[in-house]
Amino acid sequence: MQFWVIQTLNSLALGGLLFMLSSGFALIFGLMRIANLTHGSLFMIGAYVAASVLRGGYSLVVAALVAMVVVGLLGAVIERFILRSLSGNSQGQVLATLGLSFIAADACLMIWGGDPIPINAPEMLRAPLQMFGFTFPTYRLVVLGISMISALLLYLLMERTRLGAMIRAGVDDMQMARAVGIPASQLFTIVFSLGALLAGLGGTVGGPMLNAYPGLDADMLPLALIVVILGGVGSLVGTFVASFIIGFIYTFGIALVPDLAYVILFLPMVLVIAFRPSGLFGSIRA
Amino acid sequence: MTIDRRSFIQGSAAAGLGLAVPNLFAQNNEPLRLGLLTVKTGPLASGGIDMELGLKQWIAENGNMIGGRKVELTVADTGGVPANTKTKISELNERNKVHVIMGPLAAFEALAVDDYIRDNKIPTLSVAAAEDMTQRKPNPWFVRATSTSSQSAHPMAEYCANIKKYKRMVIAADDIAYGHEMAAGFQRVFEENGGKIVQRLFPPLTVPDYGSYLAQLKNADAIFLGFAGSNGFRFIRQMNEYGLKGKIAIVGGMTALDEAVLKNMGDEALGIETACWYSAELNNPINNKFVPAFRKAQNYDPGFYAAATYVNAAVLDAALKSINGNLSNKDALMAALKKTNVPTARGPVTFDSYGNVVGDVYIRKVERKDGRLVNVVTKTYTNVSQFWKYDPKAFLANPVYSKDWPPAKNLE
Repeated sequence: MQFWVIQTLNSLALGGLLFMLSSGFALIFGLMRIANLTHGSLFMIGAYVAASVLRGGYSLVVAALVAMVVVGLLGAVIERFILRSLSGNSQGQVLATLGLSFIAADACLMIWGGDPIPINAPEMLRAPLQMFGFTFPTYRLVVLGISMISALLLYLLMERTRLGAMIRAGVDDMQMARAVGIPASQLFTIVFSLGALLAGLGGTVGGPMLNAYPGLDADMLPLALIVVILGGVGSLVGTFVASFIIGFIYTFGIALVPDLAYVILFLPMVLVIAFRPSGLFGSIRA
Repeated sequence: MTIDRRSFIQGSAAAGLGLAVPNLFAQNNEPLRLGLLTVKTGPLASGGIDMELGLKQWIAENGNMIGGRKVELTVADTGGVPANTKTKISELNERNKVHVIMGPLAAFEALAVDDYIRDNKIPTLSVAAAEDMTQRKPNPWFVRATSTSSQSAHPMAEYCANIKKYKRMVIAADDIAYGHEMAAGFQRVFEENGGKIVQRLFPPLTVPDYGSYLAQLKNADAIFLGFAGSNGFRFIRQMNEYGLKGKIAIVGGMTALDEAVLKNMGDEALGIETACWYSAELNNPINNKFVPAFRKAQNYDPGFYAAATYVNAAVLDAALKSINGNLSNKDALMAALKKTNVPTARGPVTFDSYGNVVGDVYIRKVERKDGRLVNVVTKTYTNVSQFWKYDPKAFLANPVYSKDWPPAKNLE
């Protein structure tokens, strides 16, 4: 019983973290059709920036805000000065983002060194929580909470604001959106920056679970890809559902059949690509 | 082939010089071209950078000389990718014409260049732990002054069974050959001394989150951690998060709580015992000189990787001196390397006939000293061989350590 309850909570926490990681990727991919391979790096940079701010003696909340701003700006710069000149050239964009991810990895190594840097949860969230006879890490519940709040805010942004309406229009039909006067250029920068900002937030919030270490980018990027492919391109609901599906599959998979850990992780992606290329909730018809 | 006049004149001039000043001159002044295969980028960079620092410190301390020859060091960054390791070793061999190679860092890198080392007969002082390179398929050009995967785990297992009196233990190790070999060696000795391994966990090397592994930990006296790099650090921090601290004792292999990781840890590391062939806290004249100088320059304590090249340099120096710095006879150099008996920062180093070190292994306990965490040596196992207390022939008749051998009979 203990096993099932704790693994369920683990799955939910991991799912929440995956949502924060993947929602930015999904937004960017949905609107701009760019498979942003720097997304893992942005996540890692978020974690490192947060670690530095924490070392300066500030709280995790401040660290998260700084990380979001820094990574968000970085995203805007990448979009404006690098990807913009490659628009329409999707292979070029993929290669450029891949190259940037290598540069980012080595830049982080130069700035922060090769050793892992701990990111501590706030003092009051560090002690494990005792509930109904179960011991559960408090911070993971907080991660779940934060991810729910960000999901709600994102939903409101997309469904209830003018910006959201423009993004949705762009995802559905870019040409038509431009024709009716939606400023695609600014929209791209804003969305890329927003996606990066979400990655930065994910890096900070995930920090106390994962810590900041070289290779974090490469560990996280495939997870984002899996979630987005499973959920379907351009669908935030799909990303949300897929995050938790992967969270559950991954957690229970490695607990019950540890030898097949990698297979279990990638199997849903393979099946989706084979049988439903548009993803579970995707709007693009293959 | 055509020869123009200029190159003909140059050629004959050089030949003339060569005749006038016989080879002796050229040979005695020829520097030792040393290649360091290390990792300076990517996830393994932390250890790889320390390898370079340790080696450079030794060379600087000894007047830029190894074995009576000036050193010309070429550092190659493999990125920890076996394919690159292969490219870099051929570059070192063919372009830089190195006499000796130190490294590579990781077992899978060493295995990738095994054949190249054999074919090109390059004397190699390795840091990587891959067991069979000095066991069932010994590479004649390969010596290892550090440890095989299980060489430090064997004594740890005996220590856990006979001194700590643990009865039930769990093993958690990286899902790579290094982790499997270390776990298997630990399990064998622990179970032969009356203990039981009730659970083994092999999380993938790059698993971002250990939560679901921690949630299924069986009830046991202690857990043995066979992790490398930052994984041990993350595992221990997450154990804390799950309230496991104090409920289960933690012990570890030689890379689980390296000095490089320790410098970023907090009180959660206190009291953890690990076994390694080195500790920055070792009290011997060489180490007492090495550690303060390293700390002064780098601001942290040297660990496994810095010590590895520092020890290797001392071994190479002694071997080369014993053959009067003669680099032309590779076989003689290999024979001299294997005959080395030299005091180093880790203690005295000798080799078995397979090219692997026989040396001391230390049980270390994390304590706080002068405000920083250190691995205090609490017990020494002297002259530990890669075969532990087994007869080498009998040991080698068994399959190499893996997930399947020895079989885990007591899993629950």
